[in-house]
Amino acid sequence: MAKQYVNTTINGDNHELLCDPTQTLLDVLRDQLDMTGTKEGCGTGDCGACSVTMDGVLVCSCLVMGVEANGKKVETIEGMADGDDLHPLQQKFIEHIALQCGICTPGLLVASKALLEENPDPTEEEIRYWLAGNLCRCTGYHKIIEAVQDAAREMRGA
Amino acid sequence: MGRAPSPFATKIPYEEKDLKVIGSNPTARGDAVDKVTGRARYASDIKLPGQLMGRVLRSPHARANIISIDVSEAEALPGVKAVVCRDDFPDMEVEHAASGELMVNFRDVTRNMMARENVLYDGHPVAAVAAISDAIAKRALKLIKVEYEVLPHVIDVRDAMRPDAPVLHEDQFTKGVDPKPEKPSNIAARMESKLGDIEKGFEEAEIIIEREYNTKPVHQGYIEPQASIANYTEGGIAEVWTGTQGHFVFRAQIAKLLKMDLSKVKVIPTELGGGFGGKNNVYLEPLAVVLSKKSNRPVKMVMDRDEVFRATGPTSGTNVRVKMGCTKEGRITAAQAELNYQSGAYAGSSLPLATITVFTRYDLENVSVVGHDVTTNRPKVAAYRAPGAPMVAFGVETVVDEMARECGMDPIDFRLKNAAKEGTQTHFGPKLGPVGYIQTLERAKAHPHLQEKLGPDQGRGVASGFWFTLGAETSATVNIGEDGTATLIFGTVDVTGGSRSAFGMIVAEELGIPFEKVRTMSGDTSALGFNFMTAGSRGTAAGSMAAVTASRKAIARMCEIAARKWEVEPDQVVWEDGRARPAGANVGDFEPMTVAELAKEAAWFGGSIAGHAEINVAQGGPGFGTHVVDVEVDRRTGGVKILRYTLIQDAGKAVYPEFIEGQFQGGAVQGIGTALNEEYIYNDKGVLENPGFLDYRVPVASDVPFINTEIVEVPNPDHPYGIRGIGEVPIIPPLPAIANAIHDAVGIRLRDHPMSPPKVLKALKDKMVEDLASRGTAAE
Ligand code: FES
Ligand code: FES
Repeated sequence: MAKQYVNTTINGDNHELLCDPTQTLLDVLRDQLDMTGTKEGCGTGDCGACSVTMDGVLVCSCLVMGVEANGKKVETIEGMADGDDLHPLQQKFIEHIALQCGICTPGLLVASKALLEENPDPTEEEIRYWLAGNLCRCTGYHKIIEAVQDAAREMRGA
Repeated sequence: MGRAPSPFATKIPYEEKDLKVIGSNPTARGDAVDKVTGRARYASDIKLPGQLMGRVLRSPHARANIISIDVSEAEALPGVKAVVCRDDFPDMEVEHAASGELMVNFRDVTRNMMARENVLYDGHPVAAVAAISDAIAKRALKLIKVEYEVLPHVIDVRDAMRPDAPVLHEDQFTKGVDPKPEKPSNIAARMESKLGDIEKGFEEAEIIIEREYNTKPVHQGYIEPQASIANYTEGGIAEVWTGTQGHFVFRAQIAKLLKMDLSKVKVIPTELGGGFGGKNNVYLEPLAVVLSKKSNRPVKMVMDRDEVFRATGPTSGTNVRVKMGCTKEGRITAAQAELNYQSGAYAGSSLPLATITVFTRYDLENVSVVGHDVTTNRPKVAAYRAPGAPMVAFGVETVVDEMARECGMDPIDFRLKNAAKEGTQTHFGPKLGPVGYIQTLERAKAHPHLQEKLGPDQGRGVASGFWFTLGAETSATVNIGEDGTATLIFGTVDVTGGSRSAFGMIVAEELGIPFEKVRTMSGDTSALGFNFMTAGSRGTAAGSMAAVTASRKAIARMCEIAARKWEVEPDQVVWEDGRARPAGANVGDFEPMTVAELAKEAAWFGGSIAGHAEINVAQGGPGFGTHVVDVEVDRRTGGVKILRYTLIQDAGKAVYPEFIEGQFQGGAVQGIGTALNEEYIYNDKGVLENPGFLDYRVPVASDVPFINTEIVEVPNPDHPYGIRGIGEVPIIPPLPAIANAIHDAVGIRLRDHPMSPPKVLKALKDKMVEDLASRGTAAE
């Protein structure tokens, strides 16, 4: 199939790409742009390891085609810290030991950030349901929830 | 497991001392920043110049003979650089070796990695392709022609044991029965373990309970699918980057399977995206090496999720019978079990481990355990956290609950009355040293959780677990830099990201320097002596023994430097508070020297400072845990909701307490998944019907509450800091604890795993019918 021209902004950088129409956004990020921070756990939309935002909306990048990113703004884990300054969520994930093997972590951070942008003061239950699409097999979620609660508190300045 | 303990194995006696670093929770964890920024490199993130993509063709049949394989069309597809199948791998003789907690037989390993005469499960590899893109590799798979003769198959463990079952291996005669059986069967081995006189034990019993349990296989469910990248160079050297729990064992297996010298294979462990025992076995690695050799290019292979489910892991499905007797006062007099464990397509399940752990929570006089290892048309089982233990605990801990109720005793008191303790004779051999089981029960009893009131259809359950913890070969090197900072190179795999920090704390404690001055990193197979698999909870327990040994050797070298400088004998120098000091006033009045000062002068006094450890650790210290869970049963849907969960476990000594809590919580939630949802579902053709996270449902954040944890510390006497292995125990009690809680809530005893809504509903309905019938009889 002929490749298509895609012009997209990823973490603030403009990229002009030629994408095969069968290529997912996840493949474009990982294989074409070598942005391997976004992970693949299933490729079928069931694990959330590939979470990114597109025009501010949380999506599984394994379910989005690369060509759909044309004209859109994509944010990935690589754009979360500001240089050496970690985002409060990243900081709190480290402090609370909200990660073990870490393979789920980029997806969970991107999803948590999207949550706090929409709801700066979520309840425990709201966090648990929002993150229900992000599997973590190592932590049992306990410390992830605590980290998100703590980061929310800090970001609200409470 | 798998090998007898060596008389030369290392034990370092526990010493009580004031600790500066160990037991604190450092904020600067070595691996964490890279993991939160996406920079941590896992196997599938690695890209080599000129790399090809590899793919595996897998059997669609549960059992078939392979008549022929024709790869010519695939080879002719433009962009395809190599195709391999059975002809590209040497056949192997029967030869057993330990791989993690389970034993492997190379004759089977080679067949499991690439089918030879037959396929034995849905997903069994039959060929592999390397091409310039993943898309072309996938297209090439479709062009490979395999002619199969489909044969009858068997999935269930009880079915496989029947005399008329289709037999997977015509040359498999049950081991462990005398005389050797006349006919081959799916029962690969029979095992027995006995203590005392079981008949007498049952005679003494006033209450006898006998039950049968069935469990389905469950998968480790790590979020990172298997991935490997191999580069075979013209000089006959293979380099392999892979996500593994044991790069040295993988090197040994690759070399053996491909008939290469060990020195020509280098395995570089990448960051590991979860393993839990499931990454103890080679699957893709040898294929990638041979594809790379054939194509003269690096080859990367990554499994899809459905391949992970169909062809790696899972645990054994089991059929277990438990019969136990006790006095009315609640003293257990007899404990008997029959364990039937599936091994999958090839022999070798976790049965030996199940045999050991089945009753080892109780101080018993009369025990009899018989087990069968049974081949079925499923993927070869792999270890999964406390392999084999949750399924037997399901039986034993729920029978114990029933006995406690019959005696009118609280289930914790009943356990306390029978608890294993220092000096308890286990039925499999050793007497227990100091262990913390009783403490976990007492702490459970005192926990505020027990004061929480339960509402209608809510119930509380208790269960306990035991794991023995491996020791085995372990190596490490401590290098002291010229600036006085230390680098530890370790050879175990940091499977959860915690051991890097734990080792760093131990080196800092030993050397007397700040934690921030120690960097820890894993070494590839060319950097260190052999290390056994990071399995059986041994990672931190055994790895830290190597770190201590290496640190102490570096300290000896530093004392030597000080002695040379002061012109005294090395034994006149002692190491205290991170400084070399004169051993006494008579040695002379020398200013103590810090690590940095010694490092600066090291070259002049004979060369740089390092310490090495190549040891065989005796054991990682047995661990015990007790869990309490509250559930609510929805009578309309059959759904079971976890309301409250408390876990108490003996860690020996918690090096990094918050990290240990995290491992406890993760293990408990895996156990909750096992208990309530997870199972392998095969259709009547023997094809796996749920090879994805949508239908194989692992717990998500909204399924579970916060998990309360408490750490008990009864030091391991054979470890300098008292550390015990902690990784396995947390997954053992959830299944029986939840079963007990469901009974407490609605009066049903579930003995078929998983305790999913349809099973709960059916049991509720059966109970209603029974209750009505008995009320009817009562009314008559
Ligand atoms: S990889 Fe996209 S949801 Fe799992
Ligand atoms: S930390 Fe391993 S999957 Fe979440």
